[in-house]
Amino acid sequence: MLQEESDLSLIIAQIVQKLKGSNLYAQLERQAWDSLQRPEIKLESLKEDIKEFFKISGWEKKLQNAVYSELSVFPLPSHPAAPPEHLKEPLVYMRKAQGSWEKRILKSLNSMCTELSIPLARKRPVGEQKELLNKWNEMGTDEPDLSLFRPVYAPKDFLEVLINLRNPNYESGDSLSFRTHLGLIQVPLKVKDIPELKEFFVELSLTTGQLGIDDSTQVPPELFENEHVRIGQKVLAEQDSAAAQQYIRQGSPTALRAELWALILNISSQPEDILYYEQLKTNVIQHDLLVDSLIYKDVKLTASNDDYYFVFEDYLYQVLLCFSRDTSVLSHFAYNSASPPKSYIRGKLGLEEYAVFYPPNGVIPFHGFSMYVAPLCFLYHEPSKLYQIFREMYVRFFFRLHSISSHPSGIVSLCLLFETLLQTYLPQLFYHLREIGAQPLRISFKWMVRAFSGYLATDQLLLLWDRILGYNSLEILAVLAAAVFAFRAVNLMEVTSLAAAEAVLADLSTLKVMPLLQIFLFATVT
Amino acid sequence: MSRVSVPCHVKGTVALQVGDVRTSQGRPGVLVIDVTFPSVAPFELQEIMFKNYYTAFLTIRVRQHTSTHTPAKWVTCLRDYCLMPDPHSEEGAQEYVSLFKHQMLCDMARVLELRLILRQPSPLWLSFTVEELQIYQQGPKSPSMTFPKWLSHPVPCEQPVPLLEGLPDPSRVSSEVQQMWALTEMIRASHTSTRIGRFDVDGCYDLNLLSYT
Repeated sequence: MLQEESDLSLIIAQIVQKLKGSNLYAQLERQAWDSLQRPEIKLESLKEDIKEFFKISGWEKKLQNAVYSELSVFPLPSHPAAPPEHLKEPLVYMRKAQGSWEKRILKSLNSMCTELSIPLARKRPVGEQKELLNKWNEMGTDEPDLSLFRPVYAPKDFLEVLINLRNPNYESGDSLSFRTHLGLIQVPLKVKDIPELKEFFVELSLTTGQLGIDDSTQVPPELFENEHVRIGQKVLAEQDSAAAQQYIRQGSPTALRAELWALILNISSQPEDILYYEQLKTNVIQHDLLVDSLIYKDVKLTASNDDYYFVFEDYLYQVLLCFSRDTSVLSHFAYNSASPPKSYIRGKLGLEEYAVFYPPNGVIPFHGFSMYVAPLCFLYHEPSKLYQIFREMYVRFFFRLHSISSHPSGIVSLCLLFETLLQTYLPQLFYHLREIGAQPLRISFKWMVRAFSGYLATDQLLLLWDRILGYNSLEILAVLAAAVFAFRAVNLMEVTSLAAAEAVLADLSTLKVMPLLQIFLFATVT
Repeated sequence: MSRVSVPCHVKGTVALQVGDVRTSQGRPGVLVIDVTFPSVAPFELQEIMFKNYYTAFLTIRVRQHTSTHTPAKWVTCLRDYCLMPDPHSEEGAQEYVSLFKHQMLCDMARVLELRLILRQPSPLWLSFTVEELQIYQQGPKSPSMTFPKWLSHPVPCEQPVPLLEGLPDPSRVSSEVQQMWALTEMIRASHTSTRIGRFDVDGCYDLNLLSYT
């Protein structure tokens, strides 16, 4: 009992410390000062009266949402003796692997820098700054010469690193034994099996209404859809984050989705946030980074070529260029196994006062990074709100898809979960694909790293991302990947090469996500 | 509650295995670690802290000092404490763990020696142990302050002076003032830890190459 109490007070102290620096704290203070004018606030019971006032005026709800947001994002405080790197990643060999992967990326970026003789960062001359400011809303029309740039890495390079990940304390003999994993991932992380997944995703079961299934044209809306929309409007009126997160597990009506996501991520567009975005825009205009060219190249290669997302090209530049300058993203490295790259001001190598992070937000984009932003453009049209939503989605979810960690939502666990599900429930298919040299993970990895963005139709993708927000976990990506293989199993059993298997699974744009998930989890005979 | 580290001598781990250690194929699944306290008198154990390394279950036996002439006996104070919920997977494998006095099955008042029995039933791991073992005893209680006599022995209340007309009740005023003072103390004690948001150094962001350290 003693231990739980002290754990609770530690968590409370941590959350209070975090919230003290936030906008909400300043607003609450201001509200408290203003409320002193009100007749019902008496001096002798100041604390109680103000608390009562906050409850009635809705400020307590905002505070509740902020606390809930902190609890969802930050891991629970660990053992007091644990060093900070233990909080980032508890397993030592994974930390080492992440460290060497990062070193490779840095070497690649440095060599690109020296080969092309382009500085990592430079201050723009005034004329260029003016020009960029004028062109801010149509940066897509710019056609800079990007032929010499290449993406720092692509998902398949990252997959090779994960395949070679080994625990030095793990018995892995040369010969095949019961210890060898049949898939590509060879680390024994704990992943959920189907009974545990059924319990975790209980709101997706056959007896619960879902948007994506029960709102199709054949089903009369009185059965589920109307009631669900009505409840959604009520949740929005109450402005309760936790209720919204529970509600969205059954899907979000299209009209309410933008507001629901903002409520769950605890984003409210205050004037301070718009000012902050403008400040980032100024930073983009003043300094030109090498990373900007990588972003340009990535957008041109991926989103601009996509039928659904090419219209949003300008928005993508506006969000991603500002994202690179945002130092508030650095705080997520406390619980991310990755670390931000460091550099020194020219001529001051080794002096700590001149050490800076590069890029300022510590995140080096890879091939396909812009696809994390593209689907959000359907929901948000105001650049600063779009930016805030993307940033929050990144520091809550997307960073786990490209860093090596043992977290249950980390990409390594997702890969292992996918392979385990496939082996357990489609053993013939798995064996066949393995025999022809088409390990299933080689095909599904790119889907999971991009959270299926660019592979599914947009409405289906948004229904999937509803569930990511609702369950605060990325495991649904692995389950969907296995469900897609299960759906196309008959065709896959007939292929005889990796290329043919890729061809069968090349086009996912006609798939309906929710029926696939429901059937795989709740209707497959085991 | 304060705690003080007790210097201990951790003997080498002894594997318990049936048959000859050298010739048999399998690896031991049980290890025993003895912890002695050569330079310390029998003490009251407060906390045991360590970093796990792939141990699945932990049993602790303790030998306590008895005042009578009977030889001290070994008593189990923690039985099969689970460190890894699934011995075949990595969950809990490298976590920091603290075990407290109140979790023990017996009284830990006069500890002479400890014996940690580590079990790892899964054949997947090459080795297992616990690292960075530290034992803590109760720290000294905060020194008792001597209060001035008038604080610890207040004089009995005098008859309260009859309230003058128009003045507020002194006890109410004093409670209000106390509350306001408490609030101002809280404000003074708080400080924020927000970043400023600048990524450059004095306006300059002209960089060398990225550093690898």
